[in-house]
Amino acid sequence: MRVIAWLVEGTWPACVDAVRGHAPDGAEVVLLHVGGEQVPGLAHGAFAGLLGRGAVERDPGDLVERLGGSSAAELLAAAAERLGRPCVREERSGRVEREVVAAAEGADLLVLARDGDRSRLGPKSLGPAARFAVDHAPCPVLLVWPEAAPGLGTIPPPPHHP
Amino acid sequence: MLAFAVVRPSGLPEAVLAVPVAGLAIATGAISLDHARAEAERLGPVVGFLAAVLVLAHFCDVEGLFQACGAWMARWAAGRPVRLLTAVFALASAITAVLSLDATIVLLTPVVFATAARTGVRPKPHVYACTHLSNTASLLLPVSNLTNLLAFAASGLSFTRFAALMALPWLVAIGAEYVVFRRFFVHDLAAAAPVGADPGEAPGLPSFALVTVACTLAGFVVASAFGVQPAWVAAAGALVLAGRALVRGRATAPTVVRAAAPAFLAFVLALGIVVRAVVDNGLADVLGHVVPEGTGLPALLGIAALAAVLANLINNLPAVLVLLPLTAPAGPGAVLAVLLGVNIGPNLTYAGSLATLLWRRIVHQHEHGVDLREFTRLGLLAVPSSLGVAVVALWGSLQVL
Repeated sequence: MRVIAWLVEGTWPACVDAVRGHAPDGAEVVLLHVGGEQVPGLAHGAFAGLLGRGAVERDPGDLVERLGGSSAAELLAAAAERLGRPCVREERSGRVEREVVAAAEGADLLVLARDGDRSRLGPKSLGPAARFAVDHAPCPVLLVWPEAAPGLGTIPPPPHHP
Repeated sequence: MLAFAVVRPSGLPEAVLAVPVAGLAIATGAISLDHARAEAERLGPVVGFLAAVLVLAHFCDVEGLFQACGAWMARWAAGRPVRLLTAVFALASAITAVLSLDATIVLLTPVVFATAARTGVRPKPHVYACTHLSNTASLLLPVSNLTNLLAFAASGLSFTRFAALMALPWLVAIGAEYVVFRRFFVHDLAAAAPVGADPGEAPGLPSFALVTVACTLAGFVVASAFGVQPAWVAAAGALVLAGRALVRGRATAPTVVRAAAPAFLAFVLALGIVVRAVVDNGLADVLGHVVPEGTGLPALLGIAALAAVLANLINNLPAVLVLLPLTAPAGPGAVLAVLLGVNIGPNLTYAGSLATLLWRRIVHQHEHGVDLREFTRLGLLAVPSSLGVAVVALWGSLQVL
């Protein structure tokens, strides 16, 4: 059995704990981190807006890209330590949601955390990236709450039909 | 020429084309020699001022100021995303105001990203904050933005009066951005999980850099009281920091010259002359009908909106050069309204203007994966709100001061 855990800054411990709780002992565990292009792109864009500055080597976006690589490695190391069993660490970069789906091809389980509004139960608790991964995953999905799940009272009452 | 500056074939400095074009404009009589000389004389001190500020920021980095900023933010925020956002707002606003927007974009942004990543915080809101504040927080001082330096020279205001009039607009614009950011990124700011136990190295205080910058700021106030060009004060501050780096062997004469970005300075001079030629040859008449007259609140709002639109079309540097000669006769209020527009406005468009964005699309540099819809949605919330409150604050300051 092959289990993919998609780890994101801020919510990854819940995914690691879910793997510990639900993946069978012999399963091959892959800890996946996808580095987005969005944040370096912001820095590239801000620099491009500085008209006349020349010197492309000063573009802060390149430095942000390199820093992103090393911080991803640190996150995966921390996650592997928390997991406490053999695992494979996989770093990808690109369009996050699509890379996740591609990585889940041929897997037996994809573990991911809700990344939207986590103050109430409901569809908005999935942000765009997690929504895409859940909707397109080519394998079974285990979707976890990063913190304790909100109570049932957060569901709005059913619409009133006269 | 503007197209060349945006396109920059094979990474050539923009000045490579801008300087010959300026020469051509003079040679063909598109701008009279007198006007060209007047423009160069007007821009000379601006360019000197700019060089000094660039050197100052560079050697603040050499002294470790920005690394120290990262360590302070990490310690104060302690892995809490909202606190980190507040710290980023405070530091980015201060650094943009004092050391110019270039310092925030080039030097502070990577530090902010590294700090967020190291403390287990999602970096997107904080990096967005750097890019927005490099524009919005560049209202306060003439040194904060090249657009301000140009307007400062044209407005006839003293350094202290400029800062006094812009203080309230600066504060309320940053406040509006903060409110928008807290709401827009509420879900990203709710996620925190520390990675590792690395609290970051103990922050060493780069006291020499801080004292030099503080003295330079105080010098601006004193110099303006005595009618001395503040550019001299900036030059003195830059010389002190660069001199120390030279003595300590942490810089060579060529690195000091590179820090002053001579190609950029030449570009600014040439752009000024070319834009003057364009304005002289008909643009003044065309835009003269569009620029609202007077300095009442509706006129200021109109001027700021026009400036913001123009900045989003062709980048804020040419926009301010075009609008200054048209608004300067109406007095400092109109000039400062132009600045609010051209400084805050660029947050609406990725890469600062449609001209730049269009070109990046053509050469597929947009494949950075930036979600342009998200960028624009944030801009549509942040720009009108911060620009609106800033113009009202400017109008209020003009009434009181």
